[in-house]
This record gives sequence, structure tokens and C-alpha cells, in this order.
Amino acid sequence: MRRLFWPLAMLALVVLVVAAVLWGAVPLSPKAIVAAALGHGDRETVAIVRALRLPRVALAVLVGAALGMAGGALQGSLRNALAEPYLLGVSGGAAVGAVVVVTLGLATPLLLPLGAFAGAAVAIVAAIGVARAAGGRADPRVLLMAGVVIGAFANAAIMVLLADAPADTIRGALWWMMGSVAGADWTQVAWLALYTLLGGTALLALGRDIDLLALGEESAAGLGLDAERAGRRVYLVSSLLAAATVAAAGLVGFVGLVVPHMVRAAGLRRHRPLLAGSAVLGAALVVCADLVARIAHPPADLPLGAVTALVGVPFFLIQLRRFA
Amino acid sequence: MIGFRDVVVRYPRAAGPAVDGVSFEARRGAITALVGPNGSGKSTLVGALLRLQAHASGAIAIDDVSLDALDRRAFARRVAVVTQREALVFPLPVREYVALGRYPHEGAWRAAGPDDAAALERAIALAGVEPLAGRRTHELSGGEWQRVRIARALAQGGDGLVLDEPTTFLDIAHEMAMFELFARLARDGMAVLLVSHQLNLVARFADAIVLLHRGRVAALGAPAAVMQASVLEPVYDWPLVVTHDPAVGAPALLPLRGRAP
Repeated sequence: MRRLFWPLAMLALVVLVVAAVLWGAVPLSPKAIVAAALGHGDRETVAIVRALRLPRVALAVLVGAALGMAGGALQGSLRNALAEPYLLGVSGGAAVGAVVVVTLGLATPLLLPLGAFAGAAVAIVAAIGVARAAGGRADPRVLLMAGVVIGAFANAAIMVLLADAPADTIRGALWWMMGSVAGADWTQVAWLALYTLLGGTALLALGRDIDLLALGEESAAGLGLDAERAGRRVYLVSSLLAAATVAAAGLVGFVGLVVPHMVRAAGLRRHRPLLAGSAVLGAALVVCADLVARIAHPPADLPLGAVTALVGVPFFLIQLRRFA
Repeated sequence: MIGFRDVVVRYPRAAGPAVDGVSFEARRGAITALVGPNGSGKSTLVGALLRLQAHASGAIAIDDVSLDALDRRAFARRVAVVTQREALVFPLPVREYVALGRYPHEGAWRAAGPDDAAALERAIALAGVEPLAGRRTHELSGGEWQRVRIARALAQGGDGLVLDEPTTFLDIAHEMAMFELFARLARDGMAVLLVSHQLNLVARFADAIVLLHRGRVAALGAPAAVMQASVLEPVYDWPLVVTHDPAVGAPALLPLRGRAP
């Protein structure tokens, strides 16, 4: 299983990416798509392929990779099989940060992710702080409750922030809070690629530290790790990754929850391979979910976050049963 | 090798210090047992050694090098600590788990080398966990899990080993096997510092006993000197007798029936 993981995961990703590029409202032959991607063919086809389909798929790949890694890193470092950015309220905090930046009229491709990051950092500090105050570091459910409540608070805060916004803005914001990679452009893709590359590399470098954090603070200290500092680094980098996805594609839940469990089930248990595997499988999952979102109910697109939640919630309940 | 000198540890918002001027040394080639009632400061001392609690004054030193002058990895290369409890949320294959003991020797990106592989095999053999090497951590019994944890500590490659109540949940056979393992490690030259409530076993296996009481050293010395009713009774606050057990040739402690709590 372990030996087969990489070829199968890569194959799944490639097949799904090809399918996502081929599929669309305007039927195009594979040949025409390849030609259009290279800039040949009629102007309309080139526009569809280059401005619509490719950036959308690229954004889905990056969102999935970033969320998969953030989820894997949070699960390991918090010793919590249910941890992931969305359920911990980190994505919600990022959304508040992003909305604040938008309402201030500062929504540039550089500032939007930074605003989201600030919100995400506040949210994760709050969630961990609440769990500690409740004495629940040993019980993963307490941290999760704190996260879910902070997520609800974030939703409320967004509604208040948007109270006197025009109806169009509110509709746009709601759509974004359900997550979407529709309307992706290359600027967004480039920025998310930068953040994913930086954050992903940092998490891979922290992989061995996360292995130790997963043993618990005392054991990690016995092996020579400053657990508190290492934990802080992992939380911050994971928040940055999650925030960057929120700035680009809104709230896409449960990817960070489901994907690391699949990779672990395939036998990748040390965190460096686990995180790398989560990036590939996360990318495949979000591309697949976006494909479903486009196919399921034509001509309308379903919200991407709704599709991932439909897969993620049953999975979450199965995981939760283990604590009962 | 592991030396404590006048160590004082205070918890924030606590009335008095949890450890109040403790001095002793765990030497190479010997088992040093740290005993005492619950709350006497044993685990706090282990926590101070791990720098999970700062010590307010005094000095902790590894071979006369102050803990403050050792970075955490350098410490972990010399002294391994098996903490009281450890439960894995995500199970690992036993071999991968033991390999985590090489962490203090690794850089962020360097792959494990022949040194690491040799140390791993040596630790697995030394702890006697070869038959478990193909299993996964969540499939182990309590006794097997403790042995595997000790293998991970040995993989760190140092010659200091600190064990915090390592046999608490073990049956007689597993507990005896564990004590025999500690004795062998000490004979091979390691400094073994053992926190334990098993006074009768400690009396038979340890070379020195440190008896803690309310954060202070109430008695320190060879088992025969510490295992006295007049020494133990006030510390444990329970009537007891200490006899000599001819069958094993060691002091034996018997708590008497007493008042209901």
C-alpha cells in the first residue's frame, strides 16, 4: 500500500486535472485544448482555456495542497485527529481578516492574504487559549468546541461588517464563505502558489518536530525539542497556509481533516512524507470536488465548500465515534 | 553523572516550593532510586530536568556541565527520559517509533545514516524488543509498550536514563523483567535514575535510594540505611515494619493495617 501510494496519488491527481480541464459548458476536444493552452486556435477557445479553465484548476490544486498540509500539521502537532483549519475556526478568523481588508478598501492581492493571516493567527491563538483555560489539552473535543464557537463568532462578525454593504457584495460574500474556485485568475494563482510554496517548505522542514509533538510535550522535551516554540511555529505556518487559501477561494472545509487520514491509512506516518502526501491528495480531492460542483447541477455551480462538507461531515462523524 | 545541587522549584501561585533544596547525584554504573510519597516532588524534579519547569535556584548538571549551558538536543544525546505516561494519538510501526529516538542526532533535512541505523538496531536488541519490531504501537500490551519506550530512549545513545514510574501498570513478571533490564543497563555503565513506588524492588535493585518528603531529601544512602521503619514511617505517615527477607536477602517493607482514611 505504502509503495503504491505515490504512483496512485500522482495518477489520480493527473487524471482529475485533465478531466477538470476537459470538462466545461463549452465542449472542446483535447486537441483544441492543448492547442489553446499553447496559444493556438480561435480567440474564444484560447480565452476559455487560458483565462477560465486552467486558472480554476490551478487554484483548486493549490487550495487542496495547502489545506491538506495545514490539516496534517495541525493534527500532528495538536495530537488531535479532528483538527483542521476550518473546524478550529482558523479559516473563519481568516475570513474576518479578509473582509476587514475588503471593507477598508485595501483588497490588493498582497494585502488580502496578510489580512486573512492576521485573522487566522488571532483565531488559532484564541482556540488554543480557550482549550487550555478549560483544561482540555488532553481532550481533543474541547479544542474543537472552542474552534467551532470561534468559527460561529467569525460568521457573526462578517455579517455585522457587511451589514450596510450593497446586496451584491453580500451575495458575493456568502458565495465566498461557502468556498469557490470559480472566477480564479492568474494573479490569485501566483500569490497562492507563492504562499503554498513557502508555507509547505516550512512545514516539511518542521516535519521531524511534528513527529515529536505528536508524542506529547513531555516526551518531545525528553528528545531535545523545545515543544512550546516548535508548536507555535507549526500553528503559525499552518494558519498562514489556511489564510492564503481563504483569501483566494473562501472557506473550504474538511479537506484538511479527511486527507491526512487517507494518507496515514496508506502507511505514511512520519510527518514529512505524510505532509507531502497530503499535499498531493488534497490537490486531487479539491480538483475532484470542484469537478463535482460543476457537474452535479448544471448549468449552476454548487459551492465548493458545500461539496467538501458533504464528504467531510460523515467522515468527521466516523472519526468522532472513536472518542465515544 | 546527573547531579542536582540545592535545587528549588516553585510552581506559580503555589504556597511553598514543590522542591526545596534537593541535592544528590545519579552515578554511572548504578541504579539511583528516587522514592517518596505522592506529591513529594519526584516528578517535579524530572520536569525540571526536562526544563518543563524552571528551577528557581540551585544547579542541575550533566557531568558537571550546567543544564543552562547545554542545548536541549545536546542534553537529549546524553540523557534520555522515559516519562510517566505517553499515549500515541496516531499509532506508529514499532521500528519507526524507536527511530524517533535518533531525533537529537538529526538535522532538519539530513536523512538517517548508518550511525542511526546501527544505534536503532542496538537499542532494539538491548531492550529485548526484536519480536515486537514488526508490530504497531497500538497493538502492544502495557508491558510491551513500556519496553518499546525504553528502546526509544536507548536509541538516543546517551549513558544517562531517567525513568518516571516505569512499572506502575505492569504485572509481576513484566515488572521483574523491567527491573532486570535496568540492572543490566547499569552494569553496562549507564547512570539509571529510577522514580518508583516499589520500595521492596528498589531495595533489591538500587545501589542508592533518595527518599523525598515534601520537596526535601529525608534520607539518602544505600538501601539498608534508608529502608528503616524509623525513616520511612514519618515520611509515608503510615504504620509499617521493615524485616529482612531471607528468601531474597534484602530488606522487606510491610505496611500494617491501620486507621481508615
